[in-house]
Formats: sequence, C-alpha cells, structure tokens
Amino acid sequence: MSTTPLLEVSGIDKSFGPVQVLRDVALSVYPGEVTALVGDNGAGKSTLVKCISGIHPTDAGEFLFEGRPVTISSPRDAAALGIDVVYQDLALCDNLDIVQNMFLGREKRRGIALDEPTMEQMAAETLAGLGVRNLKSLRQHISSLSGGQRQTVAIAKAVLWNSRLVILDEPTAALGLAQTAQVLEIVRRLADNGLAVVLISHNMNDVFAISDRIAALYLGQMVAQVKTTDITHSQVVELITTGRSRHLGLGAEPDAAGTRDGSESAHLTPGAVR
Amino acid sequence: MTTTLLPRDGLTTGTRTPTVGDHVRDYLARVRGGDLGSLPAVLGLTVLCLAFATVRPVFFSAANFANLFTQGAAVTVIAMGLIFVLLLGEIDLSAGFASGVCATVLANVVSVLGYPWYVAVLAAIATGVLIGLTIGVLVAKVGIPSFLVSLAGFLAFQGIVLLLMKEGTNISIDDKVIIAIENNFVPPAIGWLLAAVAVTGYGVVQFLRHRNRASRGLVTEPVAVVAARVAGLALLLGSAVHVLNQERSINTAISSTRGMPIVVPLIGALLVFWTFVLNRTAYGRHLYAVGGNAEAARRAGINVDRLKISAFVICSSMAAIGGIIAASKDRSVDPNTGGSNVLLYAVGAAVIGGTSLFGGKGRMIHAVLGGAVVAVIINGMGLLDLSSGLKYTSTGLVLLLAAGVDALSRRRSVTTGTR
Repeated sequence: MSTTPLLEVSGIDKSFGPVQVLRDVALSVYPGEVTALVGDNGAGKSTLVKCISGIHPTDAGEFLFEGRPVTISSPRDAAALGIDVVYQDLALCDNLDIVQNMFLGREKRRGIALDEPTMEQMAAETLAGLGVRNLKSLRQHISSLSGGQRQTVAIAKAVLWNSRLVILDEPTAALGLAQTAQVLEIVRRLADNGLAVVLISHNMNDVFAISDRIAALYLGQMVAQVKTTDITHSQVVELITTGRSRHLGLGAEPDAAGTRDGSESAHLTPGAVR
Repeated sequence: MTTTLLPRDGLTTGTRTPTVGDHVRDYLARVRGGDLGSLPAVLGLTVLCLAFATVRPVFFSAANFANLFTQGAAVTVIAMGLIFVLLLGEIDLSAGFASGVCATVLANVVSVLGYPWYVAVLAAIATGVLIGLTIGVLVAKVGIPSFLVSLAGFLAFQGIVLLLMKEGTNISIDDKVIIAIENNFVPPAIGWLLAAVAVTGYGVVQFLRHRNRASRGLVTEPVAVVAARVAGLALLLGSAVHVLNQERSINTAISSTRGMPIVVPLIGALLVFWTFVLNRTAYGRHLYAVGGNAEAARRAGINVDRLKISAFVICSSMAAIGGIIAASKDRSVDPNTGGSNVLLYAVGAAVIGGTSLFGGKGRMIHAVLGGAVVAVIINGMGLLDLSSGLKYTSTGLVLLLAAGVDALSRRRSVTTGTR
C-alpha cells in the first residue's frame, strides 16, 4: 500500500451560521485506492467534499497534498492540484456529443479552428483505457445515452484531464444493476490506474465491492477510517447509524446534544487502523 | 475487494465503417425521435412553392425567382443574428427596430452628411454593436430578462428612428454602392465562377476531413454519402445560378437584367463565415454548451456573461447589416424600416428553419431556409393579391405552426432521449 497520502486533511471545522456541520474532521486519501466516504444523510459528506473541492471555505483545518501544505480556497485551486469532483447532476450538456462534452472549456485547437480528429482520438483512447466498450459512437449526443453511460462520460472527462484525485458523489444512485456494475468497474479501474478516488455512497454492496478504505462520518465527525478488509458490513452500518462500533472498539461517543464544542468529543484518532 | 461484475448492457462494439444504409437508418431514427432539423422547412418550402405555382404560374418565372432573394434578404440576415441569441435560450425582440435605427444612421451619414458609403456602413454596424452591447450588459450583468430588455428596446428604437429623422417622413439614398446591394446583379459568368468556387471549396473541405479521419483510424462516413452531399450542393447552386442568369428584362432592347442579385453572394459569405464560427471554433461550441446547460458550461470555466453579451452584439450587428440591405432595397429609409413585422418574420425564419426557441439547438443554414420560406410566403401572397387582413392572419398561422413543430419535436425528443 502507498505510504504518503495524496491528500491529507485534518482539523476541518465548518459552520453554516449557528449550525456546525463539520468538526475536526480528518481524512486521508491514497493514490491507487478507492476510499469510500459513508455516512447518513446530513452527516456532512457533501460539505466535506465541497470543502475539499474549494466550493466552501473552511473555518479551520489543514490540507496536505503529497505531504506539502496547500490552501484550497476556490474550485480553481482544487482544479490546479488535479482534484476533480463528479457531481450527481454530472454537469454534461445534453445537446453536445460525447467528445464535445469531454473537452468542454478545454478544446484542442489548430489555429482558430477546433481540432476535432485529435479530440476524438484522445477521447477514444481515454474511454478505451477505462475499458468502456459499450458506446455506439463518440459523436452521439449525451441525451441519447443511458444513465450509466453518462456517468461513464463524466468520469472519463476527469481522467482525460489527468486528475489525480477524483471524487464521485453517489455515482450509482440512479442506476440499475448492470449499469451499476459497469460504473463500479470503471471506478475501480481509475484507482488501479494510480488515481486517488473518493466514492460517496449509501450502498454498502458498492462500498464493499470496490473500496480499499472506508471513512465514516457521523454528525459531522469522522468516526472511523479503516481498511475495508478489517470491517464487516454490519459494523459499517453501526458506525453510520450510531457513530461507533463496539466490536471494533472504534467510534466517538456520540455528542448527544450536538451543541457542545466539537473538539472534546473527538477522542478517536481518525485513520487509526491503517 | 471484488471486481466480479455483471455483463454489460451491451451495445455494438468496434469501429466498423458505417454503410450508406446505416446512414439512412440513423437519419430516419433521428427524425422519428423528434430531431427534425430542417425537414419541416424543406417540406414547407416545397408545398408552398407548388401551391403558389399552381394558382399563379408567374410564381415560377425567372424574374420572380430573383425577387424572392431580394425580398427575403434583410429578414434572412436579421434571422442569422437572432440565431446566436436563440441558441442561448434568449430572445431579442428589438432586432427589427435595431435594424431600423442602423439604417437611419446609414442614411443620415451618407445622404444628409454626405460621407462615402463605407463610412456610412461602418457607422451603421458600429451602431448595431453599441445596441447589442447595451442589451447584452443589461441581460447578463444586471439580470433583466432578455424578453423585457428587448421589448423596451422595441419601443425605444422606434422612437429613436423618428428622432433621427427629425420627425421627417423619409431619407432617400442616392449612393450607388449601397443601392447596388439589392438592385444590381452579378454578371452571369462571375455567377458561375462563384458557384464553382463554393462547390469546389465545399468538396475539398469534405474530402480533406474524410482523409484526415481515415488516416487516424476514426470512423468515417461512406464516400458515397460525402459525394452525394457535394453533388447535391452542385446541383442546387447550379440550377439556381442557371435560372438567375436567364434574361428577366421585358424589353431587352432597353435594358438587360441577368445574373444573381449582389445580395446573394453576400448572404452566402455570411452563411459560410458564421457556420464556421458556430461549428468549428471554441466560441461556437461554448454557445451551444451554454444553451444546453449553462451550469455545466460555467463549471467548465466558460464565462457565461461574456458569451451572452457577445451573442447580443452579433445579433444587433447582423440586424444592422439587415437594415443596410433594407435601405438598399427601398433606396430610402422611413420610420417603418425594420418595423411592422420584420422582427416576427426574422424570428419566424429562424424557427421555421429548425432553430429551437428553447436554446441549444440551431444552425446558420436555418436562417437561410426559414428566410426562403418567409420570402415565398410574402411573395406568393403578394401575387395572390390577398387583403392585408388575410396576409397577416395566414403569416401568423405559419409562425404558430413552426413554433408548434418546435415545441412538439422537443417534447418528443425529451421522451425518446434524443435531441
């Protein structure tokens, strides 16, 4: 397993007005691994992702990228580091084709004209590298694709731009069985190609199928970050629902009131089982 | 971890070269899926031409054919500009009177102030740029809906035309160059040359693209389809030039009227230029992207505001050129230039041609095809000598029909997933 995390965040606090959403959150993401980020609705998964991708500024916290301290204060900073987020709504243009979407905003040109053959070739190579073989033509509009195929295109877009960390927000939420399997295979391949992947998911089958590590958020705190092989299905569910797992000897005491200062309740060392 | 996965929801694999049959099937599937493109315009054009020709045989005369071009030119050019705004899902209701304002500026500079024609043309286009800039900033930066901004412009520009005329009735234009746009003709030999250049150019571009793609191992269209397109264009341009080169003068002893109106190659050049911008530049690509999903475009780093402003600038500048053409046709400018139903004809032309009012879908050729339909309607109803009431009513119905086809095909493509 890799030694230094690609991205290591620690001590992240984030409040929206009086509501503290994240407290002293730490997360380490390793290249070549899929880190599943789990947690119930409102646990702070999306907020954490938005902090990492520079959409929300953090109130406190440190970011280490390849061991070097960095600041991420805007999406541009995150993009410059190679952090790419594939959101649930995918951000694809229905009226453009696959190649056009993959290169949107970063078109290859020859002179002032677009260099379509080069873009098509690069898109084809990227998709082939991800093992995507089920697209009839790269020139079909996004509107004619299935949900799984759209997800594939959105992920391939991140790969095309040499992202180092790809964060996927519930990529299989709206997909059927076959398509879910397909997308998971591609997510796994991303990590096998050396990228760091964060997978937000509610689906334990997905998490156990492809993740190397599981990070569990509970009421804004990171209650565990463990290797997938060291934990069982029911223990993860326990972490998600109660914030602790007796069998593992893990987990923070749930801060019942939820209003006290977060720091005193964080007696777990995140990523303790490494 | 397991990577045991279910079989894919298989589709075809590999990069088999599609056959002519595949192409035809693909096209039919797209049409059935609601992606009608220019099909309604072409069908409508055919039906209207046959109908008018049956009732009034003079409709098919060479002289009337030339009239179609001069009558439809201004509307077509304004529609070309409107397509940029429509692609973003916006509207510019002021384009008609903007062309009027620009035409009035042209007339003032060339006739009242006595400057040369090129100064007047530049002044008119600069006025268009200024108008577009104003509307664009109000829409993109201030955030007023384009419908309202341009509705205000619709009223205000009407007033500005009157002010610029100093409440006069009209300003006549004597400048030979400006009048020539709509009233002089390209010599027949030059006409053939232009058509040959256009067909050869198109053929070369198509051939080079085909060869480039084939050499990189990308999927190519069958050669037969490429050849058919080039041959189709050659046939179309060839027959048009042939008809336009017929003698149209009633008494050839006095004068000879042959060749295509000068405005025809002008529109051809604008069509090629803007088609290149829309299809082959990053700017054009971004216009479609914003029309399709503005949020996705923004996340891709596209400056949506600047793009919107630029679209309104192009729209009003093209309206200025439309205004110049209208002034050339009438040899004068009056408070009605660019007024009455010019705007509705232009929006109608774009929509009839196949451009969507919902944004993200449209091509430059739509303005030309739709403009042809509008020209045929104006011309044909003129020949039928209908009452104004009937003319307005039927034009309104045609516009409604086009918008209805747009809405229905959009609904169909939403349900079938093609657009």
